[in-house]
Amino acid sequence: MSKTKTSKGMGARFLDWMDYRLPVSKMWKEHVSEYYAPKNFNFWYFFGSLAMLVLVNQLLTGIWLTMHYKPDAEQAFGAVEYIMRDVPWGWLIRYLHTTGASAFFIVVYLHMFRGLMYGSYKKPRELIWVFGMVIYVALMAEAFMGYVLPWGNMSYWGAKVITQLFGVIPGVGDTLLEWIRGDYIVSDATLNRFFALHVVAVPIVLLALVVLHLAALHTVGSNNPDGVEIKKNKDENGIPKDGIPFHPYYTVKDIFGVGMFLLIFLFIVFVKPDMGGLFLEHDNYTPADPGVTPAHIKPVWYFTPFYAILKAVPNPLGGMILMFTAIILLFTLPWLDRSEVKSIRYRLLPFKIALFSFVTAFVILGWLGMQSGSTVQKYMAIVCTVVYFAYFPFLYFYSKNEKHKPIPERLTH
Amino acid sequence: MKRLILILLLLPFVNTFASGGSEHLEQAQANIRSKESLINGAKYYMSYCSSCHSLQYQRYSRMAQDLGLTKEEVEENLIFTGAKFTDHITNNMSAADAEKWFGKAPPDLTVIAKARGVDWIYTYLKSFYKDPTRPSGWNNTLFVGASMPNVFWKEQGVQEAHFEEHTSSDGVVTHSFKEFTKLSQGTMSDEEFNETVRDVVNFLAYTAEPAQLIRMAYAPWVLLFLVIFTFMAYLLKKNYFKDVH
Repeated sequence: MSKTKTSKGMGARFLDWMDYRLPVSKMWKEHVSEYYAPKNFNFWYFFGSLAMLVLVNQLLTGIWLTMHYKPDAEQAFGAVEYIMRDVPWGWLIRYLHTTGASAFFIVVYLHMFRGLMYGSYKKPRELIWVFGMVIYVALMAEAFMGYVLPWGNMSYWGAKVITQLFGVIPGVGDTLLEWIRGDYIVSDATLNRFFALHVVAVPIVLLALVVLHLAALHTVGSNNPDGVEIKKNKDENGIPKDGIPFHPYYTVKDIFGVGMFLLIFLFIVFVKPDMGGLFLEHDNYTPADPGVTPAHIKPVWYFTPFYAILKAVPNPLGGMILMFTAIILLFTLPWLDRSEVKSIRYRLLPFKIALFSFVTAFVILGWLGMQSGSTVQKYMAIVCTVVYFAYFPFLYFYSKNEKHKPIPERLTH
Repeated sequence: MKRLILILLLLPFVNTFASGGSEHLEQAQANIRSKESLINGAKYYMSYCSSCHSLQYQRYSRMAQDLGLTKEEVEENLIFTGAKFTDHITNNMSAADAEKWFGKAPPDLTVIAKARGVDWIYTYLKSFYKDPTRPSGWNNTLFVGASMPNVFWKEQGVQEAHFEEHTSSDGVVTHSFKEFTKLSQGTMSDEEFNETVRDVVNFLAYTAEPAQLIRMAYAPWVLLFLVIFTFMAYLLKKNYFKDVH
């Protein structure tokens, strides 16, 4: 029997071979080319894909940094300078990583704000929000431990102050503190374990969480600026009438978003990598010295809102409880917001004022967390903390019988 | 909405959060692109500073490359310690001796310009005055009680500091710095001395990050590429979204 010549090319035959063994085409269709996303995504919908971009940037630059870094209290500071000077393109790899850390938080904060505005955390997307929040918490742990690695003086004192938070827990505090630090003080042992957690443990957790975040998203479908479910209106083929396939529409659009993001991001990397002490702090250019306390210990900007809440309470234990509550409350938003309307577009003024106050309080707290704390600033911190916390009960009670503008059947713009 | 986006985009460029001391600092106005200034700064640094303050992360060879100096020039004029051309810029002072002499080992200055800022160093180097009560005979208005002597006293001339006395309502007396007067004229004029200090500070700004010369050179090209890339991405996106209504 002679061989029949197939009309298929090499590529197609290879894909057939693969598809028989692995659901390559099926996955591609399900999650990319036939994943129908609402057609009205706006500016705020760039930040999800940008968060992915920054994550990949952090992973790749991080791998290359570990090739040259030494997790050793005697050598760490010098290793960073070695990377900056002697490693070919080491300065670029490091600045991509340090700027990437701040960019990650900027992007994630904007991504979360989008969720608050358009009610993306509401039913049926509660799990997406919860996974997202766990990502945020993991990211904070990752950033904190990464910040310790250069072993500058602010690394050291920051590590000391933050780990001390666990020491104020009654009963187990001291034991817990010693367990976290691996020593009675922040030392070489602390640096070494933070390195392990920063480059292995937390990144694995982060990646797994991103998979869960996306899997949950693709199960229920994306929300949109109108907060209207596109799956309610499908055509005869079962395709949402207001949906467009993610590829090529949003892949192409996201490339544009990537371009805009990189313009700002690489401007900072190449022109202003320290951001005037905001992204790379001045005090961290002095090697860690347990004998010299920096004049003003403060965390990097992305932690300062919570740091300001911590400092607003005179009692350390009370401050710590309040700070963790500030984060935990965000997890509960899907159940606190009982309104039937999702998007801010169809909610009335009281909600808009509340959300605006909440975000403003958060930003001001961020600024206050960087200041040395005058009397006026202390009062400001208390006021902003109250405004921050007031958002949650307000939302719970206000949303119960919330009046709203008429919600459209289909997407508007 | 558009305005909000604009604000968010501009936010990273706003530098209002930069921390800074409350003390008055003179502007160093150092120009990292001036090789002449960097070379002069390197000369003064090696003659006046390096015997106490190492630059332990900076190699002579890298300095030669970035400042446009030859190996011979560096070996003849800038290496005083018998170090090799490819060595780091260290000195022969032992930590134990240093502590005995100064109370505290003089810090390594490779990245000091990042830690303190160029204006701080510039002001510091110009703010030494004669103070017989100090072990070194010198004090500093910016860093009160500094253990470092005024290494540039011959060039600058000896200064005396004058303070104003303030008595607050509850009788507490405080002193604030008013001005310097010269007790003796230095070998340099004030302008020449300012220029010299500026060059030293400029050299330290360089050692704090030699890569800044490279990244600043790349920056315009990277950004130009991205402008073109983003514009084309925009056109592509617009074209695809033509049929989305």
